[in-house]
Amino acid sequence: MGIEEKLPSGFLLTTVETAAGWVRKASVFPATFGLACCAIEMMTTGAGRYDMARFGMEVFRGSPRQADLMIVAGRVSQKMAPVLRQVYDQMPNPKWVISMGVCASSGGMFNNYAIVQGVDHIVPVDIYLPGCPPRPEMLLDAILKLHEKIQGGKLGVNREEAAREAEEAARKALPTIEMKGLLR
Amino acid sequence: MPEFLGPVAGFGVTFKAMFKKRLTEQYPEYKKPTAPRFHGRHQLNRHPDGLEKCVGCELCAWACPADAIYVEGADNTDEERYSPGERYGRVYQINYARCILCGLCIEACPTRALTMTNEYELADRTRESLIFTKEQLLAGLEEGMVESPHSIFPGMDEGDYYRGLVTEAAPGTVRQVAVSKGEKPDETVENADESAAVQEDAEITAPGGSAPAGTGAEA
Repeated sequence: MGIEEKLPSGFLLTTVETAAGWVRKASVFPATFGLACCAIEMMTTGAGRYDMARFGMEVFRGSPRQADLMIVAGRVSQKMAPVLRQVYDQMPNPKWVISMGVCASSGGMFNNYAIVQGVDHIVPVDIYLPGCPPRPEMLLDAILKLHEKIQGGKLGVNREEAAREAEEAARKALPTIEMKGLLR
Repeated sequence: MPEFLGPVAGFGVTFKAMFKKRLTEQYPEYKKPTAPRFHGRHQLNRHPDGLEKCVGCELCAWACPADAIYVEGADNTDEERYSPGERYGRVYQINYARCILCGLCIEACPTRALTMTNEYELADRTRESLIFTKEQLLAGLEEGMVESPHSIFPGMDEGDYYRGLVTEAAPGTVRQVAVSKGEKPDETVENADESAAVQEDAEITAPGGSAPAGTGAEA
């Protein structure tokens, strides 16, 4: 991404990671990606009463290339799935995803052939936010929990190691499509 | 107003807004209380003596439009009693990744075992952690309650619990051994130290082996 990849291995210290994490979490710009009724609550969160700008999330960026957080707000239909993946792919690294509402998290009450049963089938999700729709406080809570996650982010060799561990864990994990019971 | 003051007049609106009451809610620092009947996270209630109200009837699971609730009932025994009646909910799970917090399960519940709290901060990092199990959903113990399983109030039956005749746990009630959860009868000696009499009783009966030591509610 930047200077951190050109530095020799082991050079970066945890203090740098803390500083980078603090800077990153303080200016997360969300992409405009409202799909259904959850988007109404998302707009409310951005407006004056709840005011997401208090957390450095000034505006919803119209272009995914200027955004680093995708709030998937609402049910994702099978037809929308490739679009969602393309928007995600167009976002520059580092990027995060909040799955807002039960429909985005698991399909919710729409357990049918038209709706993707959870956006984690398509994109890696950082924070799952239940609720139908979640009230603005719940979205702010999810954003604050995402901030905690960003703060703990790694750089350089630590980042590569964390990515390797995550990939290893993902290979061992059961694919979402094969999950049974309540995880389905 | 002269025309050249037009742009300045715009700032007048900004200036006046400085003295208006602020609308923004200071969410993480100050959490504004929800409406009293806000549909938040569920809670499994208890009778006043600590026994569970859930009878494992699965009506909530049937009512759920999102299939978010999973219940498995099981039979109570005198050695391991979770609810006053015949059956109790052995497994109780609510999947908050599916639950739309509509409250139809609350309406369906025949014993008012399932109600909703005002808690709404549910976001988490994995789907697995959004499935709340019975341990997470059960209400905490209040004054006069003893953790289930324990024996029924002496001289009372299931109906008396619903008539409100039981207001607290009977004196000397101790927690029984949850054999179905894999607990060993030996551990109860620690739990039984509420009254010395019960403790002695437990020590006497323990070598005998067959009877679980903590059942002495009548002691």
